[in-house]
Amino acid sequence: MTKQEFLYQLKKKLSGLPKSEAEECIAFYGEMVDDRIEEGISEEEAVSIIGPVEKVVAEIISSIPFSKICKDRIKAKKKINAWEIVLIVLGSPIWLSLAVSIIAVIISFYAVLWSLIISLYAVFASIIGCAIGGVLYFFLSLFIGKSFSGFAVLGVSIFLIGFAMMFFIACKEATKGSLLLTKKIALVIKKSFIKKEEV
Amino acid sequence: MDIQLKRGLLDVCVLASIKDGDSYGYKIIKDMKPYLEMSESTLYTILKRLELSKMLTVYTLEHGGRLRKYYHITSVGLKRIEEFKKEWSEVMSIYQFVVKEETEND
Repeated sequence: MTKQEFLYQLKKKLSGLPKSEAEECIAFYGEMVDDRIEEGISEEEAVSIIGPVEKVVAEIISSIPFSKICKDRIKAKKKINAWEIVLIVLGSPIWLSLAVSIIAVIISFYAVLWSLIISLYAVFASIIGCAIGGVLYFFLSLFIGKSFSGFAVLGVSIFLIGFAMMFFIACKEATKGSLLLTKKIALVIKKSFIKKEEV
Repeated sequence: MDIQLKRGLLDVCVLASIKDGDSYGYKIIKDMKPYLEMSESTLYTILKRLELSKMLTVYTLEHGGRLRKYYHITSVGLKRIEEFKKEWSEVMSIYQFVVKEETEND
């Protein structure tokens, strides 16, 4: 490999580093090769003494503290953020109201869904309440001698208890369904956030 | 050898190689060769570290139509060498103790 090729590969592999850092490193290795050539060693050999590019790069990168790499990354991002901040501030009347209304829609959707479920249980409770009342009336009717109406009410009460049982199963299914729906919606919201971060 | 210890030793070696006069990368490696083999990438990271800790300064001179970097030891660097000598006499006495213990136990 010639000196030019070696330095080119080094430059390519170090492109992730801050520019000044990479340039300094390339200059150092270029000088090393030149000094060896000056001593009468062939260019090819001078390059091969330094070793494979991968090894050189690995050593350089491992010698740079992780905190410095992170800092440089954050710095690089901040430059873009300055513009982003301007856009965010200028656009706030639009996106803020949009975001608030989207959140409001989601919250009200949940509120409606769960109040529906709660009202179903309330209906179930009232049916059971009626049935219990009916049974109590039946016993009372036996004492006050109005057993005819008592039996009629008992019949209705028994029907109501049966109906309530079925209604309870329906309630349970509805609860399960809305729980599933809640989870699905949460998943969709989460996914949309992850996608945004990937971009 | 312990990486941390070796790193400290090599730092002092590089400092010693420029103690009696400014030097450049390839010459440092050549001067150290009879005592220890040091790769270019190792030397590079050591020089960077020593520059950061202000133990040496770097300047550029023209040499044969190209630029060459020279390294100059600072007072901080010289102090480090002196510290190392003191530390090492301590290390040597610990070594003597370890060896003595071993021979007595045998």
